[in-house]
Amino acid sequence: MAEVRFKVWRGDAGSGNFVDYDVPVTEGWVVLDAIHWIQANLQNDLAVRWNCKAGKCGSCSAEINGKPRLMCMSRIEDFVIDGTIMVQPMATFPPVKDLVTDVSWNYTVNQRIPPLAPRPPEADGTWRMQQYDVDRVQEFRQCIECFLCQDVCHVLRDHQTWAFGGPRFMVRTASLEMHPLDTENRLSLLKDAREGLGLGYCNITKCCTEVCPEGIHITDNAIIPLKERVVGEYFDPLATGLKNLLGWKREPRT
Amino acid sequence: MAVPYTTSEHDVIVIGAGGAGLRAAIEAARQGSATALICKSLLGKAHTVMAEGGVAAAMGTVDLHDNWQVHFRDTMRGGKFLNNFKMAELHAREAPERVRELEAWGAVFDRTADGRILQRNFGGHRFPRLAHVGDRTGLELIRTLQDRAVHSGIDIFMEMTVIGLTKDGDRVSGCVAYDRKTGEFQAFKARAVVLATGGIGKSFRINSNSWEYTGDGHAMAYRAGADLIDMEFVQFHPTGMVWPPSVAGILVTEGVRGEGGVLKNNQGERFMFGYIAEMFRAETADTEAEANRWLVEQQAAVRPDPATAARRPPDLLPRDEVARAIDAEVKAGRGSPHGGVFLDIASRRTPEEIRRALPSMYLQFKELAGVDITREPMEIGPTCHYIMGGVRVDADTGMSTVPGLFAAGEVAGGMHGANRLGGNSLSDLLVFGRRAGLGAAGFARSSGAVGQDTAQIAGFIGEAIAPLDRVSGPSPYEIASQLSASMEKNVGIIRQADELEAGLARIAELKEVYRSVRVSGGRDFNPGWNLAIDLHNMLTVSEAIARGAIMREESRGAHTRRDFPGTDTRKWAQVNVTIRVDEGGAMTATPTPLPQMTPELAKLLEG
Repeated sequence: MAEVRFKVWRGDAGSGNFVDYDVPVTEGWVVLDAIHWIQANLQNDLAVRWNCKAGKCGSCSAEINGKPRLMCMSRIEDFVIDGTIMVQPMATFPPVKDLVTDVSWNYTVNQRIPPLAPRPPEADGTWRMQQYDVDRVQEFRQCIECFLCQDVCHVLRDHQTWAFGGPRFMVRTASLEMHPLDTENRLSLLKDAREGLGLGYCNITKCCTEVCPEGIHITDNAIIPLKERVVGEYFDPLATGLKNLLGWKREPRT
Repeated sequence: MAVPYTTSEHDVIVIGAGGAGLRAAIEAARQGSATALICKSLLGKAHTVMAEGGVAAAMGTVDLHDNWQVHFRDTMRGGKFLNNFKMAELHAREAPERVRELEAWGAVFDRTADGRILQRNFGGHRFPRLAHVGDRTGLELIRTLQDRAVHSGIDIFMEMTVIGLTKDGDRVSGCVAYDRKTGEFQAFKARAVVLATGGIGKSFRINSNSWEYTGDGHAMAYRAGADLIDMEFVQFHPTGMVWPPSVAGILVTEGVRGEGGVLKNNQGERFMFGYIAEMFRAETADTEAEANRWLVEQQAAVRPDPATAARRPPDLLPRDEVARAIDAEVKAGRGSPHGGVFLDIASRRTPEEIRRALPSMYLQFKELAGVDITREPMEIGPTCHYIMGGVRVDADTGMSTVPGLFAAGEVAGGMHGANRLGGNSLSDLLVFGRRAGLGAAGFARSSGAVGQDTAQIAGFIGEAIAPLDRVSGPSPYEIASQLSASMEKNVGIIRQADELEAGLARIAELKEVYRSVRVSGGRDFNPGWNLAIDLHNMLTVSEAIARGAIMREESRGAHTRRDFPGTDTRKWAQVNVTIRVDEGGAMTATPTPLPQMTPELAKLLEG
């Protein structure tokens, strides 16, 4: 293949701009190969995160021609427009340097989610779970924490509403709530829009599902079922009436 | 002008946040130690995440005949009896408990029909033994440990690189690190340090490893005076991608063969039948018919009776055997168009089964090579994957020969001997990660206060920033690529004395060139500067590998000498090559005796 012009965003928390690099592209190259070529040959301080280069670690997230993508899984020929490709950092998170953003907020959200509280094991000290019972949890556990879903989510990206935990942590919570062994209840955390995960902010535009490199059905399989659970617990008038009538206690809100 | 740095103090510092580091930190914190965890990448991105096939543990959920004794036997045979027997025993005994513990912490393994943890076949393991989640077991393991760790009260320092271990007299007193984002330095004082820094794959051009694998722990331990053993044993995984060039080396899981995949040359022959070593002849199928019957029996609802069962296909021999066979086929002109051989699962299992059992292999080939593995064979070839050698440790506690310095996982040596079986790495991380965490916490509790020497700290910092201060000099990328090309050519899969000497001479030249390495830009998130620092470690471990390989004049496991093709049971069966720094700062290699096995364990190796 011929030379491709890469317009790469360079800068830091203060400011930045696109810089052009002409890269001699070889057959089979992905965008990350071109970034590495620039590093090795033109600009050794061009900052980028990466690890596995095989779509397994979720480190090299960026926006290629404006699309949230893993750079290691984006073939150059699929993105060239008039001999040019534009690469910039994820827009939702504060820039650190060049293609690297500060994603530490995600780790603080994760810490708020109570871990698995398994039911007691069976007499032999182990658990039995059927494959069809773990299938949906395994779908959520495929998440590689690339945070592209967080990047594209308009609640976070456009409205900067950090009271919403974002799609990644809806998936994480769903993986625990739907875990066959789990006994914990995270519904109040999901509903709480101040110190919880603010599930109500999501209005199901499904952008997160579209960008997920693992093909997780974030909206349909994680977020909507969680919304149904929260509605069932807190907003179902019939259930609430019955509960009041029969004196059932709702779990205390934290 | 002195460069400023911040300081902190902990009981235990764990360096590296892959499986071993996370497990060690969880254990140290559980013992009540004030624990810090330092890692080069973001949490959850360490190399463990790329492990695919599974974690080996003799739980016997699929075949009741499995037990720790057979696992021990398989591990020792796979390691060509050079393993630290005590580690292999502890590993085989404790792996099942470590896997079940992961389940209690939230891991969701694939299930058997009766709802237990499913186990799959893998190279060198006599029974289906690998607990797994499709072909992304490493992700499951690291995420489970990560989520456990963040609720364990550990101080976590992400994207920090450790540049040196400080000592107080004989014992370790902490380490010095810099923050990759800002370039700021920090001195960590601690009573005990656990190295969990993984491997060295970046020293070889074609490898399956991430940028992190520059041998930091190996090199820092060596410089701190610790013994390294078995450094000549570098595992080339038989199946890495070979095309397109930019993805060459990326791992193709052994699970493909565990699920029935077979190796073929360009004549369409299943060539592995021609490469069955004497040691494995009794338990390996020697005809295609028997190998095919094996696959049918493995898929049946009822386990085959061991007395009449088909033996395992030779495609599932240990990795050293298969990698050598592929290398020989390619050199004999029977390779695939891009210099590998063919790995065929398409003709063996249905597309649905393949997508279910090997989802990321399916995606990886479709996206990166434009190959649909449910319809066509893959092209694969050997890729540098793992180092068996590492820091000499006490089997029970993981402590090195330097008091207070511990090691676990790939950076530790001994467990795998001359060749590691697939699946034994994830179990190694769990078993010895926990033991090193316990050992470090115990050492921290029982040892006195430690002091950190400011001159040592300043020394490490001065060395680290030197490449930024130079106005001219070679680029670290240039040196790294010359080093990895030479290592591949001279210290690769098949070795001989003159090439090894040439490789060692090249390392000496590059060490000289490295003294004037220069990078531009500042200290904030500067990959060139980061590489310049890592390169020091790459050069050190490369030298250790070359020296070990020169000394061991025999072929054993992953170490193959063209000039010494046989295994020398008289001279080399009972010794490790130990790498040590001498008083003048030079690297020495010395044969040292292996620990002697008890008669009870030795008996398990027969038959």
